[in-house]
Amino acid sequence: MNGHVTERRLHYLNVNYGVKSWLLTTDHKRIAWLYLISITFFFFIGGLFATLIRLELLTPQGDLVQSETYNKLFTMHGVTMVFFFLIPSIPAVLGNFLVPMMIGARDLAFPRLNLASWYIFIVGGFFTIAAAAAGGVDTGWTFYTPYSSIYSNTHVALTVIGIFTTGFSSILTGLNFIVTIHTMRAPGLTWFRLPLFIWAMYATSIIFILGTPVIAIALTLVALERLFHFGIFDPAYGGDPVLFQHLFWFYSHPAVYIMILPGMGVESELISCFTRKRVYGYRFVAFSSVAIAIIGFLVWGHHMFVAGQSVHAGMVFSLLSFLVAIPSAIKVFNWTATLYKGSVLLSAPMLYALGFIGLFTIGGLTGLFLATLAVDVHVHDTYFVIAHFHYIMVGGAVMAYLGGIHFWWPKMTGRIYPESWARIAALIIFIGFNLTFFPQFVLGYLGMPRRYHVYPPEFQVLNVMSTAGASILAVGYVLPLLYLIWSLRYGAIAAANPWRARGLEWQTASPPPTDNFELTPIVTEAAYAYEKEPEEVYVFGKPAHV
Amino acid sequence: MLGFPLFPEQASTMAGRVDALFYFLLAVSVFFASLICILIVTFAVKYRRRSEDERPPLIEGDLRLEVFWTVVPLGLTMIMFFWGAKLFFTTNYPPRDSLEINVVAKQWMWKAQHPEGRSEIDELHVPLGRPIKLILTSQDVIHDFFVPAFRVKKDVLPGRYTTVWFEATKAGEYHLFCAQYCGTQHSGMVGRIVVMDPARYESWLGGETAGVSMASAGEKIYQRLACNTCHLESGTGRGPSLVGLFGKKVQLQGGQSVTADESYIRESIVEPRAKIVAGYPPIMPTFKGLISEDGILQIIAYIKSLTHEGIQAKK
Repeated sequence: MNGHVTERRLHYLNVNYGVKSWLLTTDHKRIAWLYLISITFFFFIGGLFATLIRLELLTPQGDLVQSETYNKLFTMHGVTMVFFFLIPSIPAVLGNFLVPMMIGARDLAFPRLNLASWYIFIVGGFFTIAAAAAGGVDTGWTFYTPYSSIYSNTHVALTVIGIFTTGFSSILTGLNFIVTIHTMRAPGLTWFRLPLFIWAMYATSIIFILGTPVIAIALTLVALERLFHFGIFDPAYGGDPVLFQHLFWFYSHPAVYIMILPGMGVESELISCFTRKRVYGYRFVAFSSVAIAIIGFLVWGHHMFVAGQSVHAGMVFSLLSFLVAIPSAIKVFNWTATLYKGSVLLSAPMLYALGFIGLFTIGGLTGLFLATLAVDVHVHDTYFVIAHFHYIMVGGAVMAYLGGIHFWWPKMTGRIYPESWARIAALIIFIGFNLTFFPQFVLGYLGMPRRYHVYPPEFQVLNVMSTAGASILAVGYVLPLLYLIWSLRYGAIAAANPWRARGLEWQTASPPPTDNFELTPIVTEAAYAYEKEPEEVYVFGKPAHV
Repeated sequence: MLGFPLFPEQASTMAGRVDALFYFLLAVSVFFASLICILIVTFAVKYRRRSEDERPPLIEGDLRLEVFWTVVPLGLTMIMFFWGAKLFFTTNYPPRDSLEINVVAKQWMWKAQHPEGRSEIDELHVPLGRPIKLILTSQDVIHDFFVPAFRVKKDVLPGRYTTVWFEATKAGEYHLFCAQYCGTQHSGMVGRIVVMDPARYESWLGGETAGVSMASAGEKIYQRLACNTCHLESGTGRGPSLVGLFGKKVQLQGGQSVTADESYIRESIVEPRAKIVAGYPPIMPTFKGLISEDGILQIIAYIKSLTHEGIQAKK
């Protein structure tokens, strides 16, 4: 009778269908998809703004768009990419999908809160898109006062409300991760057996919870001064314009670590899997994440070396900024050492991972120039800064994000992406990225200020190089979008553990069942036990759910 | 050769010193970036996966190595820190004999006034080989005074004074950029610094737009606003005497004291109740909105010129 029908395995994607089953889901894996689709949308919107910026800078005259438009373009590029792509990228997509799976849990601690955080994110995004559609905002993503609070004639309040709202989504995600990691680890999964991705998510969550309220406060004060003329930042009303910078960077500098720490977590997973080795110096890598999260809160003043703060305050912030560089250096050395005597496979995710090390190293080293007081005086607010933070945020965070998406794609979708295309795309992105941003270091040291619509003609050659690079980079970003969508239907069926990885998330079917594991896993070894077989590491106990 | 420059011109006493530090940082960076890249490529080739069943040896880590690559970068960064901080000190404290020029920024222009009275817009003429101290303030939003060829930069804030100093070493014209985003025409808020021989500078000062000196312009405002009716020279008026005030310590009500610098005088004009001089009643009204930023700078120049010797000479 059932000879013709093979029983179809139920998993989280086919357990039910329809828009409602997605929009009302409390499954962390489906919520990860909601985020993935939303932030991909924001990534390409932000990318469109970047494209227009680069096209404008092909010529020194400022002939493609007017100054008003140009100022709105770089503002909305920054706002979209920082608040609506980079900050949620790895935590809300990969973190959502992987945190419960890596620790052997059925879901996050608060599944409904998890869904709520996505809705809050969407509401915030809606406000920001509405501000853009209504004519945009021109303050720069940094919203410096009193320009933002009094002088700008654009939609500052609406944008600020959008960012304020989105912040709550970060806080709730952070809260959810912290509680989940503390209370829902599988039997035997002690802190020092955790994958380093979990350590990175934990450190990131701490910043989410401690930092985000401060940007919410700062932006609320901007809105209050703007709407009701409260004298907080504008000296004309008795305020202090530099106070805003303190509040803004108290969040926004740690926010840089919100963007890069998760990338570092992904990096450890990729390096380990594609060398088949335990990450070298596991505890140093783990604690360096926590060190970055803590020291990262004490360096905000390095954004204000020329802002009129006292010389002594400048010195303290300079010293602390050098200290925060050390844990990052430790990570780079340990990842490199992991390759030693490994079994290195240059798959697409590994290409992203190795690209990450190179670009993050350049980004980190150029950070030293900015921490050095007298050199920062010269390069502050120039293209040197632009190049530096794009090496960290794009060369680092986005490379890690793409590497992670490729690596876990078989788990998320049950399909294999086309490997050759993926390697080609990784290579195109690496080349395009360097051609776009390396010339900007030179431009910055020559003295080209950031946020310049019109610039002296002697800077043109380097700008043309940068725009040429950006067009290559754009191709590199569109390719994965196309072949990953293609693979959803035409990709080869993925096995449970196609990489022969040791992570717990690979010890269940691809795609996983709604409850992640059929049987409760018991962990007997530290993460990355590549010297053993998975069966020696994990014991599956009684059925997880009856 | 390349068709574009790689390094900016060096035209101040600071430029060479900042560049030396920059080259040190560059050397350290190139060394570490190359080291990491070479190791990655070497390992990736040498230890490439040769069979699907490879089982690499377990290597946990090595405490000595961890300490080594923590301490070496820490040492190097401390060199960077001290070197950078030392230079930063120099850039922040102008020499005593500096020539002072006032600069007021507003959306989207630079206005400079020389003590002798000549003022200019989007240009700044300075003599060669003499330390120049600029007293900067903004009339609206935050701007930033940036001259790449001098390696100097300072935010220009509304409601307070910041200073920047440099000593030009090469006659010529250099870019002046506003480096802090300030609104629509931010990238149009540029100008040029003209470095001249001292003799040519002197004759330029007496040129076409030369007005009265800043101090005498300040004296006119001082009298127009009737400051002199309370601030008598003798000190017996309703307000304290301003003769010989600049640079001195002022005793305040409540036991504190403050040095009478530009910021203190500015604050006393726009917000007189903020600091009350000991022994005088808090009766001075605010002059906020009655004097422009340029006017305040002229009054300050006038107050600076009020020395005991000067008063004696007049008499």
